[in-house]
Amino acid sequence: MEIVTLLLDGVWAALQPTNLGLAFLGVIIGLFVGAMPGLGSVNGVAILLPFTFVIQEITGTISSPMIFLAAIYYGAMYGGAISSITLGIPGASTAVATTFDGRPMALSGNAEKALVIAAIASFAGGTVSNLILTGTAPLLASVALKFGNPEIFALMLLAFATFIGLSGDDIPKTIISICFGLVMSAVGFDIISGAPRLLLFDSTQWFSRGIQFLVLAIGVYGIGEMLWTINSSRDSLKMTEANITLDRVWNAIKSFPEAWRGTTIGSFLGFFVGILPAAGATPGSLMAYGVTKMVSKNQEEFGKGRADGVAAPEAANNSASTGAMLPMMTLGIPGSPTTAVLLAGMVIWGLQPGPLLFTNQPEFVWPLIGSFYISNVIAVTVNLACIPLFLKVLRMPFSILAPLIFVLSVVGTYAAYQNIYDVWLMLIFGIGAFLLRILDYPLAPAVLAIVLGPIAEPKLRQSLLLSDGSWMIFLERPIAGPITIAAIILLLLPLYGFIRKRMRSGKTS
Amino acid sequence: MRIAELVTAFAIAVFSLYLMWESGEGPSWDPTAVRFANIGINLNNEGPGSGFWPFWLSLVMFVCSIMVGINWFRRKSPPSRSKDRFLDTYGVKMFALVGGGLVAFLLLIGLLGFYGAIPIFLFYYIYVLGKHPWWLAALIGVGATVFCFFFFDVAMRIVLPKGALEPIFIPLYDIFL
Repeated sequence: MEIVTLLLDGVWAALQPTNLGLAFLGVIIGLFVGAMPGLGSVNGVAILLPFTFVIQEITGTISSPMIFLAAIYYGAMYGGAISSITLGIPGASTAVATTFDGRPMALSGNAEKALVIAAIASFAGGTVSNLILTGTAPLLASVALKFGNPEIFALMLLAFATFIGLSGDDIPKTIISICFGLVMSAVGFDIISGAPRLLLFDSTQWFSRGIQFLVLAIGVYGIGEMLWTINSSRDSLKMTEANITLDRVWNAIKSFPEAWRGTTIGSFLGFFVGILPAAGATPGSLMAYGVTKMVSKNQEEFGKGRADGVAAPEAANNSASTGAMLPMMTLGIPGSPTTAVLLAGMVIWGLQPGPLLFTNQPEFVWPLIGSFYISNVIAVTVNLACIPLFLKVLRMPFSILAPLIFVLSVVGTYAAYQNIYDVWLMLIFGIGAFLLRILDYPLAPAVLAIVLGPIAEPKLRQSLLLSDGSWMIFLERPIAGPITIAAIILLLLPLYGFIRKRMRSGKTS
Repeated sequence: MRIAELVTAFAIAVFSLYLMWESGEGPSWDPTAVRFANIGINLNNEGPGSGFWPFWLSLVMFVCSIMVGINWFRRKSPPSRSKDRFLDTYGVKMFALVGGGLVAFLLLIGLLGFYGAIPIFLFYYIYVLGKHPWWLAALIGVGATVFCFFFFDVAMRIVLPKGALEPIFIPLYDIFL
């Protein structure tokens, strides 16, 4: 009952004109970045994070900037479907699975049906996940209060192990990316002794203050990804026209029950995949599509424009994006690259993410959760009402959008730290990220690592101090033990797959 | 692509070794500190030293770069099998024009400040590279500059560097700040 009261208070706070306006603005920006190919929620949140300081300054609250960023995250999940369906290329990686059936449906002359199903399924996914989040977050936070240094480090290990074991990327390259982020987070000075360290190339001007996470995040997502998109999307894109009339939209809404199975599977599965540290909405939506297809009696219709095939990934990516908030808010461990940026934002605003957030900062937590509900309603309304407008916006040439994003990245990095060396470093990281991306080096793990590094290192060192240097502390404790074992299993998973493959090929030969 | 894969793995290996070397350096205020004395797990019963975290992670990075090299030799990763060029003619041209434009943008910030560099960069990109009408490029360039001034200098009170254009802004400070 207490939760309901807190939630209602939170919703009321989120409905205050300033917060409502910020949620509305955030959703619009999110829909835009989600719909633009090459931009996703993480780009939007990373590039706009420095601009939220003005929101904090004007409103005087910490929850308002977070409501704004969370609304961008939400909107982007809705927006991704628009380009997946009308252009046939995903607006963001989270909407990759939406192209499988959304595009064929659009090509068969039912673009408006695909867009409406995607919007309603997204709303359903968002609502289900919000309800689960509201019910479980305070409970998990109270359990997490018992966590000490070894438990928190074990959780971080699990986050990195998830990337290595489940991401499907090249494993040595994923590990390089993680280690790079973690080492970069150690540049500047030792957090425990205060001793200067890793002043690379003897340059105190560049590295004595450490490498700020935004410098890497904006470099990767504002410069590197943009260069990659310019390089890879050289062919002109052909947009499928959507014939939007009230009648056709109403008919599409009436046909939504066709998609109930995909919506249900996506809503629940997406949330639980989203909770997994470092998993996020992309694997969530792909998994939901796969499971929906697997349990369907009409598997052969998938890939040809089936409503369930549009609904499942869309419900799942919205649900997973809320699910990813759960470990971020209760444990201080981000569930996706976007929540990693949000987590770093919380640290910048002076909050300490983790279980104490619920007891020490209820005036931050509950308006934020309340805003998830509000943003969900705003997103579905704006999405359905503004589909024709977004189709027009999608025609905005990339040669106008790209330089504006470059300018935002440069100015945003300078505004955050007011140091021109950071801007140069951001550009160097961006160019490096572009070159590495061509060679299939995953970059999201590096961004996650630079956020988690300053938390993980002291936790590890304090744990080892406690155990006189024995690693067994991570296996012997009742909560840390199972988490560490789960991380080790995930780390060994690719090795198991490799051995099985070798044995099979041995048998065949 | 194949050569780029190997060269990158080699560069990462060298960078990892450099990071390991730097991690082992003792604090500057202790000239007697021996290199690599700070990477142990339990130094003087005070837990891991300051170099412990970066040193061992850099070592893992080094080992993984060797693995990338081995995968290259065995042609296991897609880039090591690819016959495509790392950057084709379009890619090289794009990289030179856009990447070069960004470097020039930052150099211009040093000379003319943000408010001189932003419109020049936007005009260059939208008019020269994007081949849009000059008036559109000028409009967006000026519009973005005015927006940035009012957002950062006026609203957020973050004074962006103005380089040689500083005198032009003094009357504006008197009006808005």
